[in-house]
Amino acid sequence: MDYRRPSPRMWIARQAVLGLSSLILLVIVSVIGGLLGGGPGVAAGIGAGLALTAVSWFVERGRYRSWGYLERDEDLVVRRGLLFHRLTVVPFGRMQFVDVTAGPVDRVFDLATVQLHTAAAATDARIPGLRSADAAQLRDRLATLGEARASGI
Amino acid sequence: MVPGSPQAPPLAGTWSRLHPLSPVARIVITLGVVVVVGIPSLSGQQSASGQTVYLVVIAAAAVLGMAAAVISWLVTRWRVVGEELQIDTGFIYRQSLRFPLRRIQAVDIVAPLTARILGLAEVRVVSAGTGHHQRGHLAYLSNQDAAAVRAQLLALAHGLAPETPEPPALPLFRVDNGRLIAASLLRGAWLLLLVFLVVAVALAAAGPTGAAGAGRASGTQAVESLVSAVVTGLLVLGIDAARAVNGDFDFTIGEAPDGLRLHRGLLQKRHETIPYGRIQAVRLLEPLLWRPFGWARVELDVARQPEARRQGEARQLAHLLAPVATLDQARWLIGRLAPGVPATPGRSGAPPLRAAFRAPLSYHYLSVWHDERWLVTRTGRVRPATVIVPLEKVQSIRLGSGPLLRALHLANLRVDTAGRRWVAEALCRDEKEAAGLVDRLGGLARRARRLSW
Repeated sequence: MDYRRPSPRMWIARQAVLGLSSLILLVIVSVIGGLLGGGPGVAAGIGAGLALTAVSWFVERGRYRSWGYLERDEDLVVRRGLLFHRLTVVPFGRMQFVDVTAGPVDRVFDLATVQLHTAAAATDARIPGLRSADAAQLRDRLATLGEARASGI
Repeated sequence: MVPGSPQAPPLAGTWSRLHPLSPVARIVITLGVVVVVGIPSLSGQQSASGQTVYLVVIAAAAVLGMAAAVISWLVTRWRVVGEELQIDTGFIYRQSLRFPLRRIQAVDIVAPLTARILGLAEVRVVSAGTGHHQRGHLAYLSNQDAAAVRAQLLALAHGLAPETPEPPALPLFRVDNGRLIAASLLRGAWLLLLVFLVVAVALAAAGPTGAAGAGRASGTQAVESLVSAVVTGLLVLGIDAARAVNGDFDFTIGEAPDGLRLHRGLLQKRHETIPYGRIQAVRLLEPLLWRPFGWARVELDVARQPEARRQGEARQLAHLLAPVATLDQARWLIGRLAPGVPATPGRSGAPPLRAAFRAPLSYHYLSVWHDERWLVTRTGRVRPATVIVPLEKVQSIRLGSGPLLRALHLANLRVDTAGRRWVAEALCRDEKEAAGLVDRLGGLARRARRLSW
């Protein structure tokens, strides 16, 4: 019963986004620091920016590592969350439809998110960071399983 | 038309109009609004010319309203052909609505006050997967026609001959009107208002003894604003209670083969159906102020289509089993609907004692228990809410825990159904127990689904 994980590319994509945004943050913070306190201000700004980036990196890593999904005989299990753990079990027979989405960053890294929908609004089962080919495969597999085990509301 | 021998309405496939008086029934409401809004602003106008303009505007609005109602009546026609109820309507935007009879969930009859005076009633067809813009409403038919159409549509919906009379409903339960009124007045909000009132009186008493003149003046002001707040609160609560009484007056439930039949209403009469198979969850509420009397409220949750999340059939389907009942009656009613719901196991359903750290205010009510068909959870701080979910209706099971819960080795278990109102929540369970419950409930739900098919 090992959970399958999102593709390592998701981690690369997350790091790339994190790196870009912290670069921008660093520039802004050091400029502000320079305007307020000259040379030491720039240093303090860079230091603060780097510290924030480091913390975000660890948080992002934890969140990336927390994702996992498991296809069992009758249901799909999705887990996520670093601070707030979430585990969702969706029986295949309850799936209404499955959709695959990919944002701009996802597309650059050839990634996609698979989302399951049931008749209950509260069901939150999504699996991000799958390779597009894997995502399409998973979608088709889930759709087939859902059809085979479909039951009324 | 001779009463007792209702003329068969034209379900044979010919187009027919709504009752000729229906524009009148609609206009009366419009006219009422015009009068209520228009007259006060008329007296506000000083000059004679201003008054004339106002009168003209009001008259024009009234005439337009009448014209719209008459045109709407002229362009609306309906028939039942083959397996469909067809309604053509709309003057500017033509709408041709088709309701497959097989997908009809319920046929309700609603009679607002104006329509009742004219002997008219509205037939509402509640169909699966209908959005709010696709309303199968026939407003209005004469009382007899409405009843006959309902019987025939129901018969057709069940694949029977149209002449089949509506199955008789065995009277199941009736709410005492006195108790309904008393219960509507016993709201928790009254307590809040009482606190306000006490504060206001205390301030008023303390006011005159205040030393400084300025302080006294501001004290009087505060009292005045408090009093006006209390009066507003009283008004709001009064209207709320009146609405509840008006909606649920003469509440009776009957049991028919295809579902529960509900009759209620003081000014506006409603005759509704709750199809058995659509019930996703039942909730038993015991409000604080009702507990001395041993009263409870029983509510239902019905499935809604994902595409009609906000205003779909779920809003149209009735969702009340008893506005107020004694606990014994409530349990008996639930038993009729959900036979064999296990009784509370007492302490063994409660979460471990350390859960009181996380939920000190609700710990005393938290509980969960289940058997092979039903899951029952109990939550609430001052108002215990017991949610009963048939396991065959389970859509997904969720397990969640935050930092504090994890430190206590606890987790929250939530079970979703297709209903739109509640989730069965087993809060602050032991981690291992919760993980076990996820697997056990998953298996039981799977089995229940199979058995129900």
